[in-house]
Amino acid sequence: MKVVLDQDRCIGSGQCVLSSPEVFDQRDDDGIAVLLAEQPPADAEEGAREAARICPALAITVAE
Amino acid sequence: MLSQVVVVGASAAGLTAAEALRREGFAGELTVIGDEVHPPYDRPPLSKQILRGGWEPDRIVLRTADLLADLKASWLLGTPAAGLDPVGRKVVLADGREIGYDGLVIATGATPRRLPFGHDVAGVHLLRTLDDTLALRDGLRSAGSVAIVGAGFLGAEVAAVAREARLEVTMIDPLPAPMIRQFGAELAGLLAQLHQSRGVNLRCGVGVTALTGDDGRVTGVDLSDGSHVTADLVLVAIGAIPATTWLAGSGLSLGDGVECDQYCVAAPGIVAAGDVASWHHPGIGRRRLEHRMNATEQATIAAKNLLGAQLPFAPVSYFWTDQYDVKLQVYGRSGDDLDFRIVAGTPTEDRFAALYGNGHHVTGALTWNLPRQARLLRTHVANQTPWQEALASIPTGELEVGR
Repeated sequence: MKVVLDQDRCIGSGQCVLSSPEVFDQRDDDGIAVLLAEQPPADAEEGAREAARICPALAITVAE
Repeated sequence: MLSQVVVVGASAAGLTAAEALRREGFAGELTVIGDEVHPPYDRPPLSKQILRGGWEPDRIVLRTADLLADLKASWLLGTPAAGLDPVGRKVVLADGREIGYDGLVIATGATPRRLPFGHDVAGVHLLRTLDDTLALRDGLRSAGSVAIVGAGFLGAEVAAVAREARLEVTMIDPLPAPMIRQFGAELAGLLAQLHQSRGVNLRCGVGVTALTGDDGRVTGVDLSDGSHVTADLVLVAIGAIPATTWLAGSGLSLGDGVECDQYCVAAPGIVAAGDVASWHHPGIGRRRLEHRMNATEQATIAAKNLLGAQLPFAPVSYFWTDQYDVKLQVYGRSGDDLDFRIVAGTPTEDRFAALYGNGHHVTGALTWNLPRQARLLRTHVANQTPWQEALASIPTGELEVGR
C-alpha cells in the first residue's frame, strides 16, 4: 500500500490522526497533516484506508 | 438480502452511501439518482478556492471516472426525483420514469432559502451548486460593489473572498453579529471585528425589505432601517432548506428534514443521510447537520444499517470555516445557548482555543488558528468532561500555544 497526502488540500481537521495515528500527524503551527509512513505496516493499513475515506478535504489517497 | 438499492442524491452523502453499500458486500443492482448533471463533486471549496479562482472545477470531483465505474452503479444524473411511493417501493423521476427498490437511501441535501422577492433580476445570486459558483465568480469579476444578504457560513466566506478581490462589500444580517447562532455572542463579536478590520461594511440588526433594480439588473438593497445599500451584485445567503419537496405525500415524517430514528432509518427499508436527514442523536436529541463531514459519517452508518446493522449514529460532529487567513474548527456543539470560555491563547494573538459547555459538561471545542489543538480538545467533547474539570485541566500544559 502507498499513501499519498496532498497538503495543498488539507484543511487541518486532524481526522486522519484520529483514525490512523501510526500513519499521520499534524504540524504544530498550522495543523496541516504530515505523512509519517508512506508505506504503512500491514496492521496500519485499514486505519490509513479509513483516513482516506473520512478526510473531509479529500487530501488522502491510498493505492493498493 | 436486498437486491435493488436506489440512492437519491449524488453528492457527498449519496456517493458515500453507494460506496459503503458495496464495501459492506451489497452485490445487487445499485442506482444513483442526481438532479445536477455533474458527477459527484465537493462543495466546501465552492465558496473558497473555486470562487477565488485558485482552483478549477476539475479539482473538486469526488472520484475519478475509474473509481465511479468500479462501483458498478447506474447513474441517473440531471434527473431530479419527483416522488416516492413507499408502499409500491418506487422512486418517481421528474421525467415520469419509475425506479423500483427494496432499499432506499435519501440523500437529496438542501436547497438555498430565497428571499420572498427580488430573485427575478440579473445580478442576484444564490450559492449551492458548482454552476451557481461559476456564475457568481463571473459576476464578481465585473462587479464593483457587492451586497451579501446573510452573515452565516456562506455569506461570511464569500465576503472574505470578495474583499480579497478588492470589491466593496456590505454584509447584512438581522441578527446582531455574524454567525452568532452557530458560535454565540463572544465569538460572533470577534468575527464582526475581523470582517470590519478587512473593510467589510457590516450591517447587523437590520433586515432586507426589497431589492432594487434598473432595467432588469439589480442596483441595491433596501434595509428595514430605511437606508439603502448600492450594489451591482447581490448574494442571498440566508440558509438552506432540506430538499424534501419531492417527498410530499409519501407518508414519511418530514419536519426539519426527513425524520429518522437513531439508526438513520426513516421507514422500513429507507434511510436518510446528510443535509436532508434529521435524526435522533442518542444523548443529544433530534439534530440536522449541514456539515461536510457529517455527510460522509452519516451516509456510512446509514448504508450499514440499511444492510441490517444496528449502529446508532452518535458522532462528535466537526466543521470548519476559512475566512481571510483565519481558520476556525469546531468539534461538537457550539452555539448561542452555551457557555463559552477561551482556554488558551487570546484573540489579540489571533490564535486561541475555547470550549463550549451546557452548565454541566463540555459540549464543544473551537479553535481560531490553532487547528491541531482542536483535535486535542476533542477528547473533552467526546468524554463530556465536567465543565470545571476541563477548565482546571487545560492550563497545566496539556495545550500549548506557540508560534
